[in-house]
Amino acid sequence: MTEANTVEPTEFSFDAESDAMIAKHLAKYPAGKQASGVLPLLDIAQRQMKRVTGSAWIPRVAMDEIARRLDMAPIRVYEVATFYLMFNTKPVGTWHLQLCTTTPCWLRGSDDVVAACRKVTGIQGWGETSADGQFTMSEVECVGACVNAPILQVNDDFYEDMDASSTVELLEALRAGTQPPVGSAKGRQNSAPEGGPETLTTLQFPTTSAGE
Amino acid sequence: MAKVTVNGIEVEVPNGSAVIQACEAAGIEIPRFCYHERLSVAGNCRMCLVEIEKAPPKPFASCAYPVADGMVVHTDSPMVRKARRGVMEFLLINHPLDCPICDQGGECDLQDQAVGYGGDHTRYEENKRAVKDKDLGPLVKTVMTRCIHCTRCIRFATEVAGVPDLGATGRGETMEVGTYVERALGSELSGNLIDLCPVGALTSKPYAFTARPWELKNTDSVDVLDAVGANIRIDTRGAEVLRILPRLNEDVNEEWLGDKSRFAVDGLRRRRLDKPWVRRDGKLHPASWDEAFAAIAAKLKGKEGDRIGAIAGDLCDAESLLALKDLMGALGSVNLDCRQYGEKLDGSRRDFYLFNSGIAGIEDADAILIIGSNPRHEAPVLNARIRKRYVAANIPIAVIGAAADLTYRAEHLGDSPAVLKALLNGAHPFAEVLKTAQKPMIIVGQGALRRVDGEAVLDGAWTLAAQSGALGAEWHGFNVLHTAAARVGALDLGFLPGTGPGVGGKGVAGMMGGGVDVLWLLGADEFDTSRIGTNTFVVYQGHHGDAGAARADVILPGAAYTEKNGTYVNTEGRVQRGALAIFPPGDAREDWTILRAFSAVVGKTLPYDTLEALRSRLEKVNPVFARVGFLPRFPCADLTGPGVAVPARSPGAMSDAAFVDAVANYYETDPISRASPTMAECTVTYAPTAKLAAE
Repeated sequence: MTEANTVEPTEFSFDAESDAMIAKHLAKYPAGKQASGVLPLLDIAQRQMKRVTGSAWIPRVAMDEIARRLDMAPIRVYEVATFYLMFNTKPVGTWHLQLCTTTPCWLRGSDDVVAACRKVTGIQGWGETSADGQFTMSEVECVGACVNAPILQVNDDFYEDMDASSTVELLEALRAGTQPPVGSAKGRQNSAPEGGPETLTTLQFPTTSAGE
Repeated sequence: MAKVTVNGIEVEVPNGSAVIQACEAAGIEIPRFCYHERLSVAGNCRMCLVEIEKAPPKPFASCAYPVADGMVVHTDSPMVRKARRGVMEFLLINHPLDCPICDQGGECDLQDQAVGYGGDHTRYEENKRAVKDKDLGPLVKTVMTRCIHCTRCIRFATEVAGVPDLGATGRGETMEVGTYVERALGSELSGNLIDLCPVGALTSKPYAFTARPWELKNTDSVDVLDAVGANIRIDTRGAEVLRILPRLNEDVNEEWLGDKSRFAVDGLRRRRLDKPWVRRDGKLHPASWDEAFAAIAAKLKGKEGDRIGAIAGDLCDAESLLALKDLMGALGSVNLDCRQYGEKLDGSRRDFYLFNSGIAGIEDADAILIIGSNPRHEAPVLNARIRKRYVAANIPIAVIGAAADLTYRAEHLGDSPAVLKALLNGAHPFAEVLKTAQKPMIIVGQGALRRVDGEAVLDGAWTLAAQSGALGAEWHGFNVLHTAAARVGALDLGFLPGTGPGVGGKGVAGMMGGGVDVLWLLGADEFDTSRIGTNTFVVYQGHHGDAGAARADVILPGAAYTEKNGTYVNTEGRVQRGALAIFPPGDAREDWTILRAFSAVVGKTLPYDTLEALRSRLEKVNPVFARVGFLPRFPCADLTGPGVAVPARSPGAMSDAAFVDAVANYYETDPISRASPTMAECTVTYAPTAKLAAE
């Protein structure tokens, strides 16, 4: 993590790309109720920070700008931004590792995934960023993909069915600057059973061409 | 109306009431932390759980559950008690057991209710949560580990004070109440957070570790540091005033109090005049009462009444004003004035100088025009009432004067009387708003009257009120907002230059520059004392060594408002009694007794020896003084304005100079607040520019 990234910027303004998205979202709300758009705007701000600085986070000046745009008190924006774990109010690394340690993932071995992450990145505590600024590790609650547990979410993407070795492999690839395809590390299709279908195997479907 | 049975007691409450209100109507107290009748319902502390028959079998939060006709409520069933014990156990999990070192101890809701619902031991063995304290400025001290997240402070700041600085950031275990970006609370009502906080998370910073509530003697009184006349409770121990708290009065201050009125108490202990002083050879020397009186009597000897004058200050009680007026009358002088800023108040009719709609009347108004005033600084509690009306009905509010954040949306029409002229011509669109309103209010501040053309502005405002239909049998919409607690009382007593055939009393301006030989200042510190003629003999009677005392030739030490039984009339004309909480320091005496004693020295003994006798004289001079505490509404019977038939006073004589607010720095407006270190700290924090301007 470079020193410049940890410092709170002194100003923030939405760029043209963000402005286009903001207009789209605010059109959903009736006049006077535009404060309802605070969540999309926070997300847009975080994505703009990712685009511009490489670190997906929302500085305070961005929250102030959102408050100004939506005509609400800045503290109301701070409250929302700090409530949701998806919004980072401190800078994060290029790859934000969000590790689910809730019961299903834990039962399926999330402890191994966490240990592998620590070993590769050298990060000790939750919410910390590695010395090279590449990785930030966060502990998250259930991300809603228990059937493919354990889950390692990297930025917006889910890596599923993780274990220690696949985690090391993934992190090495990320460090090298390539992002492997998302999905199951065991190669299963979505959340289908491992090793192919186990039920309804006797059903026969006529091929479409034969029917005509 | 809904019939509700609470513990077998049948009560009728309006539809839409909460169950907790029905319980209160039945006289049953429900424990609560987050619920407050003047704030929105949060329903998050869960302490007010009750059982409701024929409803799902679970405890209900009575503050957030509406009543229904025929509802049967139990507030003391085994289920309710068990549920409340559970809530209390959870609240205490993260609450430190530091009551012995907590300032809230003895007046803490959590402490009291833990006696009723707390367990005898804890089952919790984990680490307790600790939260970093926040710096909310020089008035409110925080110990955030004690916070139970009731959110009363957040709701008060957002809803009542209109300064949304506080919020709850984070969530769950990491939720914290604070400002997120560290800064001082930007409200003149921030002291009320201390009263609202049910635990010791927000306590008074200046009062920290000073006293326990059971050591204090409580005296009910009224505040004099602005003209609202907020009802207060003075807490004393021994010969010291330790703190001032608001007292409930729905018609005046509800249960709020401005920060200056609450925290300027330490000014009562500093720079006090505690013995008479006499100037000899250019220096003030301590003296006895007899020496001081003799020095004044010697100067008065043989003086024509016309060469003697008196100016009354901002904090005087009506008793001493009347005694001084009577003394001056006995000496043959009609040179009296209470308008030390040169404000052009017209004392000829009572509704020319009163806040006629009443403070509670603000809640009926449907359009408000504020001229030359910043009510947020001149009367914060009254401003909260305007905000309350604004929040309830979103009424149009407009301001002519310096642009400022008044905590509600107010249209800034301009900063000079030119706008007032346009409103009078009907050229300005807001004139139509006032006309269509049923109960328009026009509020004239002291900033609009402390000008050369103050009379014209006063008359212009009156004429506008008359044109807008604000003056009628049902509604009196012409309002003068005062900043001095003594002013209305002085005007009621006619403490003004005497007029009449062959009589022309001198006002403040006339008494300056040698206009009189002997000048009696009754707590008058707010005018430039260098304007007094060098040969004028100045008597200063008051309680603080401020501007007036510095210029004085004789100083007579008087009593501050906490040290005398005084009568004050607030800006709406409500007569209220302040009470003696402690005795004046040293040789200082209650002010009317000083004047009474002096009158005997010059052989013009005033005809009252007791406070009762003086008060019956007050009632004779003006019958309004017989009506203590309540305020009848007066319709406006006579539309004639203050400046009728006087061309110099006609609205056309208004200049185009911008209005300047009467209060530049809310925290230092009078001798008491100027002597207060706490107020000095607030000035540095909140009004650094005002401080620079003063220096």
